Amino acid sequence: MPLIWLRVAVACYGVGLLYSLLLLSKRGNLLAKVVEPAVGLGLIFHFVSLVEATVLIGHLSLASIHYSESLLAFLAMVVFFVFFVGYRTTTPGIVIFPIVFILTFISAIGQNPVTITSPLLRNGWIFVHVVLIFTGYAGLFLSFGASLLYLVQERTLKSKRPEPLLPWLPPLQTIDDIGYRALLFGFPFMTFGIVTGAVLAIEKYGPMFFTDPKILLSFIMWAVYMLLLYTRWNSGWRGRRAAFLATFAFVIAICAWAANNFSRVHRFLPS
Amino acid sequence: MNFVVIGVNHRTAPVEVREQFAIPEARLPDAVRSLVSLPGVEEAMIVSTCNRVEILARTADDCAGLDGFFRQFYGFDPAPYRQYLYEYHESDAVRHIFRVASSLDSMIVGEPQILGQVKEAYATARAVGAVNSQLDALLTRAFAVAKRVRNETAVATSAVSVASVAVDLAKKIFGNLEGKSVHLVGAGKMCELAARHLMAHGAKQIYVANRTYDRAVALAKKFNGEALPFDQLYETVPRADIVISSTGAPHAIFRKEHGERFLHSRKNRPMFFIDIAVPRDVDPEMNKLDGIFVYDIDDLQQVVSSHVADRHVEAEHAETIVQMEVEKFQARLQTLDVVPTIVSLQEHLETVRQAEIDRVRGRLGALTPEQELAVEALSRGIINKIMHTPITTLKSAARESQEVTTVIDLVRRLFGLRDGKPSLVPDRDEEQSKVAVGGKRGAGN
Repeated sequence: MPLIWLRVAVACYGVGLLYSLLLLSKRGNLLAKVVEPAVGLGLIFHFVSLVEATVLIGHLSLASIHYSESLLAFLAMVVFFVFFVGYRTTTPGIVIFPIVFILTFISAIGQNPVTITSPLLRNGWIFVHVVLIFTGYAGLFLSFGASLLYLVQERTLKSKRPEPLLPWLPPLQTIDDIGYRALLFGFPFMTFGIVTGAVLAIEKYGPMFFTDPKILLSFIMWAVYMLLLYTRWNSGWRGRRAAFLATFAFVIAICAWAANNFSRVHRFLPS
Repeated sequence: MNFVVIGVNHRTAPVEVREQFAIPEARLPDAVRSLVSLPGVEEAMIVSTCNRVEILARTADDCAGLDGFFRQFYGFDPAPYRQYLYEYHESDAVRHIFRVASSLDSMIVGEPQILGQVKEAYATARAVGAVNSQLDALLTRAFAVAKRVRNETAVATSAVSVASVAVDLAKKIFGNLEGKSVHLVGAGKMCELAARHLMAHGAKQIYVANRTYDRAVALAKKFNGEALPFDQLYETVPRADIVISSTGAPHAIFRKEHGERFLHSRKNRPMFFIDIAVPRDVDPEMNKLDGIFVYDIDDLQQVVSSHVADRHVEAEHAETIVQMEVEKFQARLQTLDVVPTIVSLQEHLETVRQAEIDRVRGRLGALTPEQELAVEALSRGIINKIMHTPITTLKSAARESQEVTTVIDLVRRLFGLRDGKPSLVPDRDEEQSKVAVGGKRGAGN
């Protein structure tokens, strides 16, 4: 059942994906009216799917990679909506929608999610850790998306083309605000997520957990995140430099995610 | 009558070239004076705005030494710039001036400023005595045509001015203009206009810096703003989010290194420079800095011109009006052409009449006042009868326009009037001017 709801959600997010693609092809207004209700509906189905999955397995289940991808996508959408309420613009969706679609699509095609029996994963703290980290990720995604849009808008304004390539882009300052607020929003989550992860890992593996590639990458990502915020506070870095840093952070986040496969201490799959 | 227009505008020349030809307001009277002092130039005026420099003249023959003016006034040979210059004669020149005044030649078709600018140029030329008779008639008609175009077409009502484009761009950068501050550098009209637009959209604080501090104070007062000393410009400019610059400085006053300093002191918060000065006040290199956006007058107008597509229908209507007016004006001018001949014919016959009366007066002896009057009436009656046919012939020839010069020539030869083109006879100019001014009043109302 949860898989069915998830697939419905994927279909709804598909509208969002289509919307992003149409925006790029300059015919964005076609779906502008339906995209909010569509992805909103997707979010509801997505939520139902997550709750059902949890109830079915009988505990807070991070038991499958697919589940966690679904959770990450869900949190990204939640963050997107938080900002949508604040700024009334769906344009960050141009980056968020494809990411969410891919994540949910991956988790929706898995027929039998692999269940991990590790007792560690039954610990409630792990769930807290994951949600915190994922919310941090979601903030980072949004900020990354915003910094790309900032670049595009900045280029458009500087090129002085009378017909802008992407006329629907919100004002530069709005994009900038979204990017910055998303960073601010995600940072405490990310920080506490890493702290809880570290505490859990020390408990289990002792101080040597640090040498694990996954953990290292996570710390580097956090450091870049911190750097992003610091340069912004201190010297108001925007545009190209901020986009460069955000892209860097995003790439490390992907690496950290991929590093699950190499990690000794952070594995979902039974070896 | 030979109207000549030589000029550069936004379409024929880039801003760099227009800068070369631009004449600052203060030098305009001198420029006009040196223009009319050229041999063959009878009347002249110059319109110099950031978009165009138009030299309008009435010359004795087709190619009066306008090139000489370029050498004399600008101090350079116009030959290398030939590709940027346009030149119109006769009815084409008339049409061009009508179109310019009606704002049909503006990049922002229908923008209202150009009419005022032409009027100012006309007033300047008139003040130095460079405009009388026919140019006067032409300009007065041009203002009337502009009024007609404004009233009868929607060209002007849908006009998007440079100022409102600047506001749109500012909104693209800052989103909401609420609470944004604007720094005016230079206290010109365009600055004021742009500032007014920005204020209307929520901009809060206005700073004004001008070389003449008093003018800064006066302008700041209008906006409840703050006048700042010009010599502290580089310290005060970073306070503002939007800078509108329109000084008459010959070189850029804001360069890349200034931009870097501004960004540093603003912690990289974006700045928007609107450069409406020609020559430019802001080095285009500044636009390469992250967070600084520079739009000069050309850029703004490029944006504007993309909005005007739907106004083409109205513009066509306006062009028709202009065409009709050109024809009307031509017809009237041709009538004007015969006026000097008519006047000299009248004068000639009057002189003959007076001379004859004086000659026979002695032989007639003392006359009663009644007799005196009768002689007057008799002689007048004769010359009026004689003049009637030539004058009507002249007038109808002028209306039909084809053979007007032949008829004028013929009448002059038959009556032994002085040779040469009537409009060039110096002592006839005054008469002609009266006719022209009178005609203009009638036409203008």
